Parts: sequence; C-alpha cells; structure tokens
Amino acid sequence: MRIKLVPRQTHSKVMTWMTPVMALVLSLLSGTVMFSLLGYPPLESLYAFFISPISDLYGLSELFIKATPLAIIAVGLAMGFRANVWNIGAEGQFTIGALTGSALVIYFPESDNVLMLPAMLILGVAGGMAWASIPAFLKTRFNTNEILTSLLLVYVAILILSTLVHGPWKDPAGYNFPESVIFQDVATLPIIVPGTRLHFGAIFALLVVATGWVLFSRTLAGFQVRVSGLAPHAARYTGVRSDRMVWYVLLGAGGLAGLAGIIEVAGPIGQVQPLISPGYGFAAIIVAFLGRLHPLGILFASLVLALSYLGGEFVQIKLGLPLGIAGVFQGMLLFFLLSCDVLINYRVEFRRPGTKSSASSA
Amino acid sequence: MSTPLLELKGVTKAFPGVVANDTIDLSIAEGEIHALLGENGAGKSTLVKIIYGYYSADAGDMSWLGEAVKVSSPAHARQIGIGMVFQHFSLFDALSVRENIELAIAAGKTGDELSEDIIEISTTYGLGLDPERDVFSLSVGERQRVEIVRCLLQSPKLLIMDEPTSVLTPQEADNLFEVLRKLADQGCAVLYISHKLEEIRRLCHHATILRHGKVVAQCDPTKEDTRSLAEMMIGKTLKPPAYELKQTGAEKLVVRNLSRNAETERSISLSDISFDVCEGEIFGIAGVAGNGQTELMEMLSGEILADDDSVISIDGVACGRRGVRARRQLGAAIVPEERLGHGAVGSMSLVENAFLGGHRRFNLTRGLWMNYANARKFAQQTCDDYDVRHAGIQVDAGSLSGGNLQKFLIGREILQEPLVMLASQPTWGVDAGSQLAIHKALLDLAARGTAVLVISQDLDELLELCNRVAVMFAGKLSEPHQVADLSAEKIGLLMGGAELESAKGVANAH
Repeated sequence: MRIKLVPRQTHSKVMTWMTPVMALVLSLLSGTVMFSLLGYPPLESLYAFFISPISDLYGLSELFIKATPLAIIAVGLAMGFRANVWNIGAEGQFTIGALTGSALVIYFPESDNVLMLPAMLILGVAGGMAWASIPAFLKTRFNTNEILTSLLLVYVAILILSTLVHGPWKDPAGYNFPESVIFQDVATLPIIVPGTRLHFGAIFALLVVATGWVLFSRTLAGFQVRVSGLAPHAARYTGVRSDRMVWYVLLGAGGLAGLAGIIEVAGPIGQVQPLISPGYGFAAIIVAFLGRLHPLGILFASLVLALSYLGGEFVQIKLGLPLGIAGVFQGMLLFFLLSCDVLINYRVEFRRPGTKSSASSA
Repeated sequence: MSTPLLELKGVTKAFPGVVANDTIDLSIAEGEIHALLGENGAGKSTLVKIIYGYYSADAGDMSWLGEAVKVSSPAHARQIGIGMVFQHFSLFDALSVRENIELAIAAGKTGDELSEDIIEISTTYGLGLDPERDVFSLSVGERQRVEIVRCLLQSPKLLIMDEPTSVLTPQEADNLFEVLRKLADQGCAVLYISHKLEEIRRLCHHATILRHGKVVAQCDPTKEDTRSLAEMMIGKTLKPPAYELKQTGAEKLVVRNLSRNAETERSISLSDISFDVCEGEIFGIAGVAGNGQTELMEMLSGEILADDDSVISIDGVACGRRGVRARRQLGAAIVPEERLGHGAVGSMSLVENAFLGGHRRFNLTRGLWMNYANARKFAQQTCDDYDVRHAGIQVDAGSLSGGNLQKFLIGREILQEPLVMLASQPTWGVDAGSQLAIHKALLDLAARGTAVLVISQDLDELLELCNRVAVMFAGKLSEPHQVADLSAEKIGLLMGGAELESAKGVANAH
C-alpha cells in the first residue's frame, strides 16, 4: 500500500480559520487520554489545567501577563514567516533585548530619571535588532540558512545572560545569588490593575497587535511582505529587493522580541535572573501559526498558549503532575495544527501496489 | 520491410484546451536514428512521454517488436527495453558515478561488479567514464554520459534523447554523435528530439516532423537541406502583416551590448545584445524557448540589474543599474511570461493584483499606505475595459482562466499608458478569443505611440503584430528584419541557429 498526498484544487478560507479550533479540540481529547493513562481523573485534570487558573481576577491578570510577551514576539515572527524568512531564534533576541535594556539599570542603579524606562525600552528593541541582524547579515551575504543561525544564537544569548548574572551584573548585596539588583521604581513598568501584577506591557502588546494588523493589511510594506512570501518572483516584479526584505523582517521580529524581553524583566520579574523566559521565544512560533500569522488571530492564540503555561503550573501544584505537561500540550497543539493544515491542503490517496511499484523493483 | 521496433498508430492525447498529439503515426526500425523535429509546443515531448509511459494516450495503439503493448510507467518502459535521457539530469552531486548508477538500477549489480560493467560499456562506446569520480567534479557532457551509461546498463533497444545537445558545447555534441552512431551500429535505435536542423541532418537516418500536434512530414534528413527542413517545421503559409503600422519615431527603448553570464547550468548567457524599439513600433523577438529570452526579459524589466547603466535606456534615460520601480517610473510596463507567481499572485484578489503592477504609475499609494479605494477602481476598470470575465474583483487571481487572467495583466499594464511595453509570451496558452483581444490591445497601444516589445515563440503572432522581428538563438540576437522581407525559411534558419552569421548580411534597410 502506498500513501500519497494529492494537492486539493480549492482551499476553503473558513477551514483555514477552523483548523486552530480543531487542533485545540484534538489536543484536549488527547489530553484526556494522557491524563487517564497517567492515572489521574481526566475531566478533573482538564478542569484544573484549563479552567481553574483563570477563574478569578488574579488568574486572569496572570494570563494576560504571560500572553503579553507571546503576542509581541509572535507578531514580529508572523511578519517574517509571511515573507518566508524563518526566524526561529526569537528566544535569543528576547534575551539580548532584556540584557541591553537592563544595562541601564545595572550601571545607574540609583538614578531616578523618568526617562529611564523609555530609554530601557528603546535599548531593548535595539538589542533584539542587533541580535537578529547577525542571521540577516549571514543570510544576505553568504546565503546561510537563517533557521540554523538564529536558533544557534539562542544558546549564545542564554550563555551571555548566564555569564553576566553569575559575574559582573551580580547584585553586590545579594548574598551571592546569581541575580542582579532589583530594579528601582523608575525602571519598572507601572501596574495597571491594582492588586495584581498586570503591568503596562499588556498595553504595549495590544498596540503591537493593532499596529501589526494595520501594517499587514493597509500599508505598502505589509503588502510587499505578503507578496514576498506568496510569490517571490512577483515580489521581484513589483520592485521588492529580496535582500532588503530579509533585513526588514528580521530586524522587525528581532526588535519586537527585544521589546518583549525588556518588558518581561522591567515588568513581572523586576531584575535580571539566570532564567527570564520559560521558552516564550519558542512558544511564540506556535502562537504565530495558531493565529494564522494574522495579528488578531495571534492575540487569541497568545491567550491559549499563556493558559498552557498557567495550567501546567496549576496541575503541578494541585495534582502533583510534572511541569512538562505544559510543553506536552504546546507540542500537541502545534502537531495537530500542522497536521490539520496538511489535510486541508491535500487529500490522502491510498494506492494498491500495482504495476508501478512492482515494476520499479525490476 | 521487417517488423519495426516501435510502431505508433493514431496516438492522440489531449490536455484541457489543446490537442497535444493528434492521430500520430510513427515507426522506428532497429538501429535507426530517428529524429523527432518540431517547434516548441509541437507535441514532441508529449509524444515521447507517452512512449516512455509518463502519460497514457487517449487513443491509438503502440506496438513493440510487433506486439501490442501498453506502457504503464517509466519503469515498465525500461523493463521492455526503452531508455530515456532527459534534458535535465537527475544525479546526486555528492555521490560517485557508480553510486548514482547503483541507486537508479534497483536489484542490479553493485560494487566492483557494477564498476566493471560501467568501464566495459564506457570503453565499448568511447564514453571514458571513471566509475569512482564524484559527480560534482564532472562537466555537463560527462554527466550526460553517466545518464547514458545508466540507460545502456539495462541494454535498451530504444534510447530516447530529449534535446540532448541543448546543454552541450559543440565539441561535446560531436562526441555524443559518435556515441549515438556506435549505438545504432550495434542495433540500438535512437529517438532523437531536437529543433536544431543542422544536427539532425548530420546525425539522423529518418525524421518525423510535427507541427501543432500532427505529423506533417516524414523525410530522410540527409537528403534535405536546412531550408527545406525549416519549411516543413514551420509551415509555408506565413501570413502578411494584417495592419500597416505607422512608421516609427524616436527610439524609446535602446539596448546596447547587453551581456549576462549564465548563473546556473540551466540558464543561458546573453552575449552582446543590441536593439532599439521606436515610438509606435512593435518589435518582435522570436526564438525557441530556452535560448535566453527569459534571461533577457529579466534584465529589461530590471529584476536583474546590469553592471552598467548604459546598456539599457528607457526614453533616453540610461537605467541598466536601476530596478523595476525606477523603470516603471520612467515609463515601462511589464507583462512577464509566467502569469501566476510572477505577473500575478494566485492567492491574492484582483484588487491586490491590480495594486501589484499598477501602484507605481497609477498612484495607488498615499505615502506608506495602500489606497484600496483607488485600487478597486483600477481593478474594476481593467476588467471592464479588457473584458475580463470574473466573479467579482475580490476573487483570487488564481481562479481566473488563463485567457482572462492574461487579459487582466495586459489591461493592467496598458491602462498605465506606458512609453515602453515589454510583453513576454503575451498569448501563451490562452484561448483564441482572448488572443485576438490581446493582439488588438497591443496594436492599439502601439498606434497611440508606445514602443512595444513582444517576445514570443509563436511566429504567426509575431508576423501578425510586428514591424520588425529579430531571432534569439543561444543567447545571441540576430539582426532585426522587416517583417515584409521575412520568409519562412529565413526565420526558420535563424531559429535553428544555422547560418546566423551569414544571415546578418540581410539586415533591413530601416
């Protein structure tokens, strides 16, 4: 028996938007099976995973806190993915953005200048861009695969972070813990809902989503990005230089990842630690695809992924399940999403071993 | 006459919109080198793909060694003794010659045994192949020999060669002919596909000539000359131009000594191309596809930049190093050869596709913003003026038929009232009605004073539209000829590459 994927003639726009929902449902079903196999009551576990974490104001605010970096990074990544530029290294750009932004605090810990925070945000964006410019340069100059270079630079970035917090950036009054000083007030994002940790970064996320939306659908630049991805020849025909496109989208994605990084340390964390991201840069890839590379979709998808982080922590506390559960759910989500996409674009044909396959061995 | 090796009777194959092979009869004897001659689109490739089992014929019979046979797949074809060497090779660069051959012939010999066989065959036919060489270190000609050896190892009785010399240097081609003659002497028949007349005269014993999917002639090419072969290939009835185009004014597109090196094995180098297109004139470039037309078009449109500004001028401004946007700004409009994926994006709406080509000259942007309202108007106007049948301007461009989409693209460019119109294969694969509409649109455009360049493989089209025609062959452009002075033989000879040099003497008196 031979199995063959045959492209479908027509693509349904409705189905394109239904796949994320289908993927979500399939992940839930598989989740049920998984919880049962692990010996936990499946419905209760699912409830603990998906409902309990957001059943109060505090839980909801935590959801938005987690969704903030995801949405910001994913909008940038989506821009690149649309143009067929595969930046997998947002995690690294996030980390470097967090570091360049924090440098101001580390070197001016006493400052109470109100321009501190804006300057940090700008430096964060610049740091993310700088980190993303390395794969951009390698790609345009030597045609190096940006998937590999951006991914490998993640580990470099994390080692730089580690070196700094274990060395020069360590808080002298910090009992030798590998952590920086705690950021002073002017270097911290203000809280927008009293009694929670929900900070100003969430507003940035909404702004980024809205800007991304307008950029994609209404501007010449967004149009060129879309054409580049759909038909590179047509992009050349309309006067887009593919090298420049690589630079634009990598710098854009890097800048946004950097912004998310500095928002994270200047917001919920409040200092530089050895671990500043539970894999936001990678989860944002899932967010981008789950949101169909559309900023509005990304907004919803970031909430779903944020919930998977919260749920993971929750079932660990409530039911003693391993924290890896969150990663398993994220993985299933992407897996089902991609497989549903394949089935929407192709139909599966089963072929009996006939003259063709038997003759080919002759 | 003895039983022919291969015999086709009434083979017919239709694709949507075109009958590629129309009741074709063909007979090949053992040890014969049989030419299949025809222009691009004449149906040569379809026919050999039927013989090799890629396609199944809609009607007709095939017999092999006197017995009826239905070849179900290429593997089946190889099994009964038909081998084929394609124009483009399928070899792994990083593997050795022996490994490549080992991969291709499943369940065959391996290792040293195979190496011995390769060496034996290679010496018998003077191919000179070392089985342990890595493929990446081989020249194009040597790679072709790997493919040939791969076929010969399966002891075929018929070897199909698809345009084998299109990638070879003249010396390599000579070597190939030696090999093919030896093969024929040993009794292996060769079906040789080409449009190069001289080659066929030198090599082949028999020729079948196809035109528009039909066999139009059978002959012994050694007894013909290139002129008569060209006539058979192209047909004698060349229509005189239907319009008397007004005599021309200032040069709007000037190309001077344009050259380009081939980037890959499959692309063609352009050498020293010069021509002018004047106000109100339609200038045609004829030639069999793959002789550098695509490469030329890329440079004219600005998608690939020249090293020097002076090689291309639009409306008197040297712009060889300026990109598509600048050239459009100077007054160029461009209709590329590929409709989907180049001239238009299939999964975008007609509005967005109108924007794609029109936004520079039609002011469809406001600063950084797309002006959707104007783009919609522009798309609607294009569809109305050029009779594009569509289910609303918001439908995907990919859902339009070829003819309608081409009318849309032509309309989109013409509505920009360009000074210079560059159109490549403007009616390739479109229905007769759309073809007529497109021709009329181009003639009207020229009548309004635009300099129009049409690159096409369709001679009838060029002779109907153009004032002057030049022919491209192997990256070179012949002198332009007034269409009135052109005859079938002359243009056929130029297309076949014969007497390119001597033909230059017959330049027009324009």
